[in-house]
Amino acid sequence: MPENTIPKEAAYQIINDELMLDGNPRLNLASFVTTWMEPECDKLMMAAINKNYVDMDEYPVTTELQNRCVNMIAHLFNAPLGESEAAVGVGTVGSSEAIMLAGLAFKRRWQNKRKAEGKPYDKPNIVTGANVQVCWEKFARYFEVELKEVNLREGYYVMDPEKAVELVDENTICVAAILGSTLNGEFEDVKLLNDLLIKKNSETGWDVPIHVDAASGGFIAPFLYPELEWDFRLPLVKSINVSGHKYGLVYAGIGWVIWRSKEDLPEELIFHINYLGTEQPTFTLNFSKGSSQVIAQYYQLIRLGFEGYKNVMENCQENAMVLKEGLERTGRFTIVSKDNGIPLVAFSLKDHSRHDEFELSHHLRQFGWIVPAYTMPADAQHITVLRVVIREDFSRGLAERLVLDIEKVLRELDALPPNGKSMKRSADVANCHAALANGHVAKKLETDKKTNAIC
Amino acid sequence: MVLSKAVPSSSHDASLDCTFASRYVRAPLPRFKLPEESIPKEAAYQVINDELMLDGNPRLNLASFVTTWMEPECDKLIMAALNKNYVDMDEYPITTELQNRCVNMIAHLFNAPIGEEETAVGVGTVGSSEAIMLAGLAFKRKWQNKRKAEGMPYDKPNIVTGANVQVCWEKFARYFEVELKEVKLKEGYYVMDPEKAVAMVDENTICVAAILGSTLTGEFEDVKKLNELLTEKNKETGWDVPIHVDAASGGFIAPFLYKDLVWDFRLPLVKSINVSGHKYGLVYAGVGWVVWRSKEDLPDELVFHINYLGADQPTFTLNFSKGSSQIIAQYYQFIRLGFEGYKNIIENCMENAKVLRQGLEQTGKFNIVSKEVGVPLVAFALKDRTYYTVFDISENLRRFGWIVPAYTMPADAQHIAVLRVVVREDFSRSLAERLVSDIHKVVQELDEQVKHVTKVVTTQVDITARGGGTDGALVHKSEQEIAEEVITYWKKLVSRKKTSGVC
Repeated sequence: MPENTIPKEAAYQIINDELMLDGNPRLNLASFVTTWMEPECDKLMMAAINKNYVDMDEYPVTTELQNRCVNMIAHLFNAPLGESEAAVGVGTVGSSEAIMLAGLAFKRRWQNKRKAEGKPYDKPNIVTGANVQVCWEKFARYFEVELKEVNLREGYYVMDPEKAVELVDENTICVAAILGSTLNGEFEDVKLLNDLLIKKNSETGWDVPIHVDAASGGFIAPFLYPELEWDFRLPLVKSINVSGHKYGLVYAGIGWVIWRSKEDLPEELIFHINYLGTEQPTFTLNFSKGSSQVIAQYYQLIRLGFEGYKNVMENCQENAMVLKEGLERTGRFTIVSKDNGIPLVAFSLKDHSRHDEFELSHHLRQFGWIVPAYTMPADAQHITVLRVVIREDFSRGLAERLVLDIEKVLRELDALPPNGKSMKRSADVANCHAALANGHVAKKLETDKKTNAIC
Repeated sequence: MVLSKAVPSSSHDASLDCTFASRYVRAPLPRFKLPEESIPKEAAYQVINDELMLDGNPRLNLASFVTTWMEPECDKLIMAALNKNYVDMDEYPITTELQNRCVNMIAHLFNAPIGEEETAVGVGTVGSSEAIMLAGLAFKRKWQNKRKAEGMPYDKPNIVTGANVQVCWEKFARYFEVELKEVKLKEGYYVMDPEKAVAMVDENTICVAAILGSTLTGEFEDVKKLNELLTEKNKETGWDVPIHVDAASGGFIAPFLYKDLVWDFRLPLVKSINVSGHKYGLVYAGVGWVVWRSKEDLPDELVFHINYLGADQPTFTLNFSKGSSQIIAQYYQFIRLGFEGYKNIIENCMENAKVLRQGLEQTGKFNIVSKEVGVPLVAFALKDRTYYTVFDISENLRRFGWIVPAYTMPADAQHIAVLRVVVREDFSRSLAERLVSDIHKVVQELDEQVKHVTKVVTTQVDITARGGGTDGALVHKSEQEIAEEVITYWKKLVSRKKTSGVC
């Protein structure tokens, strides 16, 4: 820490200037997280920046706004509630915290059940797909739950419900399905999972529930695919999380978790704080935090309403199609993402012999675009994709410009000699195929593991 | 013949409505279901802004340690960073760098045993709750690994703290399945007694947590003594029980005001320390820090390595996506204020706390429960609790706009109730003087009411006495009986509330 004070203008300028070298959030096509809100909402956020959310008795209206958001989201997810019944749920800092709370609830419920049955309860596990986001791995490691992952395969990049149900055993605390896979935006078939799991439960006498990680999809499916049954309409779904800061259209720092009913949230996990008489039950990992994002979420919910969200999502979907078609016209790419799902486009090069997706990503940076490249998790590590997430503020004009710039980069790369690295990759790809054909499970290809986990 | 027809305008252009004339302020706000239709952004802004007017004023909230004012230049930086997701480390490398610099500065401030240019082991969190959970996780895992290597059972970990501990420790214990062994307080001694704490330590203890700046009275616990006693116990038993210091409030006070107080990494058993950036770190709510002594104190298996386009960044936090604003604001404060700036501000806070304390002592009605050395706050209790309590004072102060909470102490001092005023950077001397005068007014009002009630009840008793019982004889009550009836009447008039535990 420096010894001396400096003038505030100097401090502001120094920091402002350094930060100019950060990427431009709006050109960061890697992220699902909202990067633009209306100025009216910015005003509300700035005004609330000095409100500590946890002081519920001092800021009762802010607390009330959170409760209204929970109610609205629960109704959106068809929670079995009466018209004026308060839902069971809470605002969090993001889906990571939301998932940890949901996981904790499942773990405690399962432990209590096993204790009552006189059976061992020291080896809980959770079944998910290998496409799961890193926060599930964190939950498993920090809360001492085993993670049983259903491996993917080429062409099938989400959790296979049949394989998942096979992995379920008496120690399974829940099966987690993802609505909007991080890698290619696909929705997992929660209905099929529900049906198969009901069968397994009735065969075995177990009571394994489902959690839906709707971090991205929770604010898309109700507006674009209302007939898709994935939420509380399915009886085994006991809790759902969604990120307010993804398609909830709020800046980073807010998530939501909703439980089906009071029974699904063990009372012993809830702390009751009495501040000057008003009792407020709380169940979050974080205590003090800002109030701005909760207020911003409420703003969005009442400002846009159902029709507003629907319009925004439809626009995103349109722009995703423009991008997809532009890429297909170049003839150089395979589209890995599906049309139905999150509005994003994941694509890989048809021909890897001279250059790979990482180089393309590198070159796109020169134009200002941040388009990351990733390898798929096991067992499809040989597949690399570039992924562009279409957010609310990614207009058609930007989509067309991106296509033009990608074409420019392809021309640039064609003029360059082949990259030595990518030649090695082709050889590795061939070896990997051979290994898979021999029935060996392929381990990580290189030690500098490229990541698959970004939100 | 008329060739043209005047068509009455039937459509009403709603966009012309001024805010409070529009239909949007006539409709009730949605509480349960997402509304079907959109509304204009001005209307959305106005209705929410208006409802929020009924929240308390953050700057008059004297209950909280959390910062409620920052310089406008910093507000500008915060606004500009609102749309930056902190976790995108590769996209925002400068923001990540700023966090690393903050961690280094704080580690040096706490005398971590690192070289001049060596990077410290630590991380920015959303608050001290997350920081404490991470520190606790590290202790738990280290202890488990050690027990496994020794072939001993590792299913019953426990942590030793004082009963004055903040609720996040209880959360840690409950969520991460660690037993919480609390050292009880007693009247006059409201922090953890190091001797009793060490007596509670056993082979399953993953760490002893000391608090620098107790939530209730602002006191600093004697970490040095704890270190000495624990070193001795470790030697006798062959155990290796470490210390964690919860310096949520005190971490940004002790280094500036009490340089000679040895409480940090200068004590060999202290392995990790947490501090709230949003308390005396002088940043808005949403940033905390945890620093470890060295790499060995953070088991590598807890750290996730994320490779984003080649850059390896180890991460160990519970939260993933979050805003970048508070991290940038913390760095702003560090370079803007520097050591001398922080020292000046905390000294001011102490001065203003003294003004408040002296003002309260002058009323003659209060016992000061907080110490002069510690976090700048004043905790005070009523000398005479017969007719009204601190809860009544707290309620009445609200009318003047002040939020001053009242609490009961935890076990075994639950019979003590205090009012607590936290002196933050933006609590100026004039506000302190105004608060004293308003407390004066409240106490006077309550005294007046007591006299009035006593008169009323006494009159009623007289009337009853004169009117007589069923047999018409005069019933005289003794003075004591009258006094008791007054007290009972008064007690019924005022409701008692019990509270505890705020940040």
